[in-house]
Amino acid sequence: MAAASGWLGRSIERVEDAALLTGRGRYIDDLGVLPGTLHAAILRSSHAHANIRAIETKAAAAAPGVAAVITGAEVSALSSPLVPVLRAPLEGWPIAVGRVRYVGEPIAVVVAADRYLAEDALDLIDVDYDPLPALVDPLAALEPGAPTLHDKLGSNVASDRSFRYGDPEAAFAAAPHRIAVDIRYPRNSCTPIETFGLVADYDAGEDAYDILANFMGPFSLHAVMARALKIPGNRLRLRTPPDAGGSFGVKQGLVPTMVLMAIAARVAGRPVKWIEDRLEHLVGSVSATNRVTRLAAAVDDDGRVRALDWDQVEDVGAHLRAPEPATLYRMHGNLTGAYDIRNVTVRNRVVLTNKTPSGLNRGFGGPQVYYALERLMQRIAGELRLDPLDVIRRNLIPADAFPYRTASGGLLDSGDYGRAIEKAIDEGGLAQLLAWRESARAEGRVCGVGLTAVVEPSVSNMGYIATVLTPEERRRAGPKNGAQATATIALDPGGAVTVHIASAPQGQGHRTVVAQIVADALGLTPADIRVIGELDTARDAWSIASGNYSSRFAPAVAGTVHLAALRLRARLAHSAAGKLNVPAEEIEFVGGKVRARGNPDNAMPFARLAASDHWSPGEASDGDHVLRETVFWTPPQLAAPNDADEINAQLCHAFIFDFCGVEIDRDTGAVRIDKYVTMHDCGRVLHPGMVAGQITGGLAHAIGAALYEEYAYAPDGAFLAGTFADYLLPTATEVPAPLILHTESPSPFTPLGAKGVGEGNCMSTPVCIANAVADALGAATLDLPLTPTKICTLISSREGAAP
Amino acid sequence: MPRLSADARHRVAFVLNGRAVEGQAEPRMLLTDFLRHVLGMTGTHVGCEHGVCGACTVEIDGVPARACLMLAVQADGAILRTVEGLAPEPGRLSLLQQAFRRHHALQCGFCTPGILMSLDNYLRDNPDPREDDVRIFLTGHLCRCTGYVPIVAAALDAAARLREMKETQT
Amino acid sequence: MKPARFDYVRAESLAEAHDVLAAEGGEVSVLAGGQSLLPLLSTRLARPRVVLDIMRIRGLDVISHESQAIRIGATVRQAKLAAWPDLAGGQPLLAAALPFIGHAQTRTRGTVCGSIAHADPSAEIPLVMLALEGAILLSSARGQRRVCAAEFFTGLMSTAREEDELIEAAIVPRRQPGHGYAFREFARRHGDFAIVACAAIADERGARLAIGGVADRPVAFDGLPLDEAALDEALDRIAGALDARDDLHASADYRRHLVRRLGRATIAEARQCRA
Repeated sequence: MAAASGWLGRSIERVEDAALLTGRGRYIDDLGVLPGTLHAAILRSSHAHANIRAIETKAAAAAPGVAAVITGAEVSALSSPLVPVLRAPLEGWPIAVGRVRYVGEPIAVVVAADRYLAEDALDLIDVDYDPLPALVDPLAALEPGAPTLHDKLGSNVASDRSFRYGDPEAAFAAAPHRIAVDIRYPRNSCTPIETFGLVADYDAGEDAYDILANFMGPFSLHAVMARALKIPGNRLRLRTPPDAGGSFGVKQGLVPTMVLMAIAARVAGRPVKWIEDRLEHLVGSVSATNRVTRLAAAVDDDGRVRALDWDQVEDVGAHLRAPEPATLYRMHGNLTGAYDIRNVTVRNRVVLTNKTPSGLNRGFGGPQVYYALERLMQRIAGELRLDPLDVIRRNLIPADAFPYRTASGGLLDSGDYGRAIEKAIDEGGLAQLLAWRESARAEGRVCGVGLTAVVEPSVSNMGYIATVLTPEERRRAGPKNGAQATATIALDPGGAVTVHIASAPQGQGHRTVVAQIVADALGLTPADIRVIGELDTARDAWSIASGNYSSRFAPAVAGTVHLAALRLRARLAHSAAGKLNVPAEEIEFVGGKVRARGNPDNAMPFARLAASDHWSPGEASDGDHVLRETVFWTPPQLAAPNDADEINAQLCHAFIFDFCGVEIDRDTGAVRIDKYVTMHDCGRVLHPGMVAGQITGGLAHAIGAALYEEYAYAPDGAFLAGTFADYLLPTATEVPAPLILHTESPSPFTPLGAKGVGEGNCMSTPVCIANAVADALGAATLDLPLTPTKICTLISSREGAAP
Repeated sequence: MPRLSADARHRVAFVLNGRAVEGQAEPRMLLTDFLRHVLGMTGTHVGCEHGVCGACTVEIDGVPARACLMLAVQADGAILRTVEGLAPEPGRLSLLQQAFRRHHALQCGFCTPGILMSLDNYLRDNPDPREDDVRIFLTGHLCRCTGYVPIVAAALDAAARLREMKETQT
Repeated sequence: MKPARFDYVRAESLAEAHDVLAAEGGEVSVLAGGQSLLPLLSTRLARPRVVLDIMRIRGLDVISHESQAIRIGATVRQAKLAAWPDLAGGQPLLAAALPFIGHAQTRTRGTVCGSIAHADPSAEIPLVMLALEGAILLSSARGQRRVCAAEFFTGLMSTAREEDELIEAAIVPRRQPGHGYAFREFARRHGDFAIVACAAIADERGARLAIGGVADRPVAFDGLPLDEAALDEALDRIAGALDARDDLHASADYRRHLVRRLGRATIAEARQCRA
């Protein structure tokens, strides 16, 4: 009996796959549209920074098939700027209004009968630019006298906050060593293979917008969009298609274009469809932040870290778009990583430069923080001539300290980091890897081993971004906290079960896991459960926290589904009690039947029970009509930041310990990953196959970030990575098969004990590879991506030869 | 010598998944757009339109090729197969498709049709490939979800089962 | 990313193609496999008035033996050449270079002559043509002419082809007894355009080395010494003199560094193949 042994925890085949494997997926560009729907194309800035003297659109408007041409003039007349998280004089329009601030910024939208005609008309638009000096270096943007992007701001610094936890000054004064790293973390993006897409419509009679988009949330941005469109939220209906071609956070970046195309539909008086092309995606959609970090540690002789001093300069690009500067604050409760460090100072500056605005991207702040922290741990070992593994071990949070409150307010839910590390060393063969390194070096080969320990946060606290505000500003703004997840389970007149989730899946297999959970609760099989993944804000249960980000599915959404299923089961048991004449506590749900425990013959089919309140509600016990169950769940641990600026930014904290061996080709500077071991403690594993997929997928993104990918800009702000021949994603020959290991410390804070697992390797792997390369080359400072050019320069500087 | 004028639509006819199909296209229309928006065969996906990502890979006259690097009018008279033609019948999957499902060799599924069309062709000519060769062959495709590990495993597993099936048939 | 409008002409004979080129040459883009042209059309970097499809011209998809050479017709696809049974015996350098061109899924459509016509400075086939001192057979309504590779590639994606001309075939010299051939390439990822590619031909007296990916077109050097110290010195001179590109993927200095390392390794391999 499958249900008795439980569906959850098994790698069952996904319910999503039959359609996707046969070309019957339903992605945004596969869905039918209303007759008369127009197609949009966007004219984008070729200048990084310029005032726009004039835009000549007459010829375009008169071109064949063109219905309308929309510029900043129309958009500013019909909408408001996108409101930023900070109260700062920043006008965040979705299209240039008088000025362009990055290459790729929209200047005009043409809507026409088809995309070909729309692009023809783009060719006919003339823009008269008055170029301004461009800024691409965030440190240069801080300089007094630097050109400013937003004149009313008066500088390029949108926020400058300092924080102090414990007694860092005393710790630094007392420590025998101060060891620091300087990091420039580059820009990159997870570039889903499906680009952005949407269909927008406007109903003038009701002053209401309807937008179908492969947007993934967070749905807090629904409020931002409604406000920009100058309507109450109930007049903005957002819908998502059944399937989406990946997101990795990136499709949050649809927000400005959703507003822009809503206005275009309003101006044109017809529905407007826009499918972003790849060149648009690379140059102008969204990017992770680049960051300049100086991180210093107060260190004892044995490598014990007593204090950290963070100075982070976050480059959000040309506009501060909500939820930014979230990338900078997502990790704020967790700046001490896996380590027990009680004294921390932080200075966080958010600067604007002439680059594409930043937004969500897998890892979201983790890669930037852990690159600095874990490079620092290796430098500590190097400078004090200690074993890097010993430095990690000596600083770990002890197993008996959980739940552990970090210096800056994070609450680490569970774990046994030391045990996970020992298991990884043993099962992953660290000793053999080190022996390989020594023997290879003896042959004159250039080899290194890198280690890293990382705490992977998941389930964002809706209040953490408010840490960027002062306590006084927060009091004025009102409290923000929690992370509402929701699930609805409905019973139909045939007794079949349908589940609605608001997690906006983008390929992760949510529907399969939800079916497993509900099948377990109700004694059914996953095939009996239909799960609806598309979201409609006009009909479905949702909250501002809905969506697909911060790895919240397994810990929050799946847990909420579980709670809803248990609640529905309890109500059904109550109903069955009357029908089977036994107490509700003795009702069990097994194998498609509802029966009395201990008397399996006293039973009825599940479907009959589940249908009964459709057909005979008059007989419902206590008048409880068991037709549908909706649960909203939020964890109490996600409180708002307090007056000491302590914040538990994330609910769950998984643990990762990685090590790898690399070999560098002395001639070419190419880095080959010989072995990669990744140990995960992500709490309870709900579907091992999907967890493995998240790990190998994250690893591939991270290898890209470490070795290949960069959203590079020329000094004048020209974008250099504009095609997939320039922005290099790893292919099958660049990504090795890692050895994946697990320990399980269930989270006490989530209904199923699960934690997020989707982003960890994006945090751990870039720095793990960098540590291995640093070990191979004896390099103290190195920044990503580790291109052959950079590696060869390091080799030649080490060997004293000209490159 | 046929000359198709830029401003008009022209008849394009070919065999798609074993059936004769036709539609109208301007000379500049890409084969991807013709398949998806004229013929309604949306299984072939568009990821980059410059021939790098491989999502639009279809079989043209017996070989895998990028549909985005071809004009619809070029395909006139050709024999095409797309992902919609892979399964032996509705409700059943091919061995390769089954292997993908078993190994979780897809997540979002957007790159998958192109990879399936490539591998289906490759495994016919290379029944017993080495893992390294599969990996090199797959460099013509970008996947952002899986890290390729399960795709390689699925391809090798499918190859083994195809060999097995052939042996039992002979 | 949709092409601008153009007329599409499907030539069925060489004469027809010549007529179109004679009448409208400057406005015509010749379409063969399309693997380089289609991205140019879709990004509107190329805006021809006419696209001339030559793939259905009879008789052009033929690989044949000429005296001392292999003749590769204009519509021979890269995959077809790679599968040609006489290739490795006929010209091992070409056989060695073909797997580096793009990916299996583009070699099925891309043509050998199309790659020559496109003249990307990092492309493999132009490099091999130069290394082997091959020739390009051009034809037009005015007649035929042969241009040697050294004169054909005139700069960044520019060639000696006149507007009314079509590449009818590539002429690749057959392997010569006593010569060794080797091809090596370094790219960021498998299948990428080369950062540096080297093709070497060695005999008992010395070596010829052709280098791609570095300057605005492939370049070749004759009479390189086989003595190691002298070779290193010669490669230093060559690397220093090259007008190396500096871009996102590699610095100019790095390209020069690779020329030395890859050049030496390629010549060593060519010598070994000879033996």
